[in-house]
Amino acid sequence: MSDVLTVTDLAVRFTGEGGIVDAVEGVSFALKERETLAIVGESSSGKSVTALALMRLLGGPPNCVVRGQVTLRRQDGERLELLSLPEARMASIRGRDIGMIFQEPMTSLNPVQRVGAQIAEGLHAHERLSARAASDRAVSLLGHVGIPEPALRARAYPHQLSGGMRQRAMIAMALACRPRVLIADEPTTALDVTIQAQILELIRALQKETGMSVIFITHNLGVVAEVADRVLVMYAGQVVEDAPVATLLGRPLMPYSAGLIASVPRLDDVRRRGGRLAAIPGNVPDPRARPAGCTFHPRCAHARPDPCEAARPALEAAAPDHAVRCARWREIAA
Amino acid sequence: MSAAAPLGSALPAPARGARRPALRRFMRHRLAMFGLAAIVILVVACAIGPYLSPYGPLTIDLRHRFQPPFLGPHLLGTDQLGRDLLVRLLLAGRISLTVGFAAMGLSTVFGVIVGLAAGFYGGWAGTALMRFVDAVLCFPQIFLLLTLAALVSPGVLTITLIVALTSWMEVARVVEGQIRSLRERDFAVAAEAIGVSDTHLMLRELLPNVMAPIVVAATLTVARAILLESYASYLGYGIQPPTPSWGNMLNNAQEYLTSAPWLAIVPGIVITLAVTGFNFLGDGLRDALDPRLDIHR
Repeated sequence: MSDVLTVTDLAVRFTGEGGIVDAVEGVSFALKERETLAIVGESSSGKSVTALALMRLLGGPPNCVVRGQVTLRRQDGERLELLSLPEARMASIRGRDIGMIFQEPMTSLNPVQRVGAQIAEGLHAHERLSARAASDRAVSLLGHVGIPEPALRARAYPHQLSGGMRQRAMIAMALACRPRVLIADEPTTALDVTIQAQILELIRALQKETGMSVIFITHNLGVVAEVADRVLVMYAGQVVEDAPVATLLGRPLMPYSAGLIASVPRLDDVRRRGGRLAAIPGNVPDPRARPAGCTFHPRCAHARPDPCEAARPALEAAAPDHAVRCARWREIAA
Repeated sequence: MSAAAPLGSALPAPARGARRPALRRFMRHRLAMFGLAAIVILVVACAIGPYLSPYGPLTIDLRHRFQPPFLGPHLLGTDQLGRDLLVRLLLAGRISLTVGFAAMGLSTVFGVIVGLAAGFYGGWAGTALMRFVDAVLCFPQIFLLLTLAALVSPGVLTITLIVALTSWMEVARVVEGQIRSLRERDFAVAAEAIGVSDTHLMLRELLPNVMAPIVVAATLTVARAILLESYASYLGYGIQPPTPSWGNMLNNAQEYLTSAPWLAIVPGIVITLAVTGFNFLGDGLRDALDPRLDIHR
């Protein structure tokens, strides 16, 4: 399988009144065809900024500088360097080659426009369809994402739909032009658990059907276990571990990944430890003042002054498909 | 927020229910209904009234000069030449209301364009535009109006343009602020993420969200435009006789203020009625269309 999207040394720097924030530092990964890549991390680890940078939705200099390379391979084999495309060309890529779903279905739909019209917009923008044909397609897309009575729903305003239905409508909107890559930025966080499962199932079914690749951004490891093929763990703007899902959940090498997995509440754990939930001590460091050396060392139980505080560790290959950013991973694993 | 299965049957026809709460709030607003009634009556009377009257606007009836209202054949009395006050008032109303509506239309369109561009693109261009708006706002409106009116020859068209030029700033500010915040909202980013163009984003996604404040501002602008036109015409810089307007009727009346006070009182009452009518209507619309009550319903 070949790579659909290749990201090399992606870096995002915001400059504001509060100082300089390096939200993303040197993120690299490759997304294969039909693959689901999960990006995991705490809040402010740079997951969403990475996604928005890929789509070039971050606003421009001088307040925000994006560096690196993002290469998209289109259906016909053409390779496009997204970060250097002219804006008008980029607009023709968004929605057509890369679709995106957002976290909040409540606020991601325009409150004063009918749902069907919003879905038809992407079709208008990318395909020369008549208004009639576009709205017919919108209705059939709504049916396709499992909304009952799609013709009636297409005429509804977003506030007349439930949260789950809105997220389904968002998915229909993102997938209207059959993009090859879908970026889902915490698509289930705002939904309740039963609806979450339905939406995950829907995304998986659509992926199977269309053969698209999915970048799934989440902080929920339960969701990761369910949907992902490969996992990218991010911490303080960097990739700290990149591994197939079974390897990562079964035998994580980076102490931060291990901490995240240990933080998932389990009923038997709660009983054994007297009701305390496991947590990683401390907080994500302030991005304006990240610690020298390994950014995770102040919170890491395995940290030693040397080598952890001396230099920032590089991303090393621990196995052919497993990369880790930890100076002591060999000793810890042993 | 669970997706209840039988929602379809429970849901009323979605397309129609959406604006009803706003309509209901508006109908319950007594002052607004009074304002609306006053405006409708004025507009209808000005539109068809002159055709129903036996007197023309320039018909001189010398036997009934200075006839007080209700005391002769002329319902609202006559002026120094015996011209029928009611007919002149209604014809003047056509001019004044036309100027009011046209100035509102022009200033709203201009203000919306400036506000959209400034709010959407932001940056130094947006800042420059909005500082220009602030600078224009710093001039007292009436002096700006009089200065402009002194420079061009007065007429219906020019006075409309001048009034519009001095009253577009508020709409621009309202629109700019709203667009700037809407621009960052998730749905705007989501629309951008499916690849719509900037123009589409501005006009089809963002602008409909600002319609309520624009409608309110536009209504209040009509009131202000009528007042400004009357002001300019009263001072002699506006509509010139013999074309009647509410303002120049007042100008004409001041000579006879002691002998024939109705010549000033009648147009004065009508101006007051029109201006308060539009103001009440604007207030009612503001309450009814309040986005905080509307969007999350």
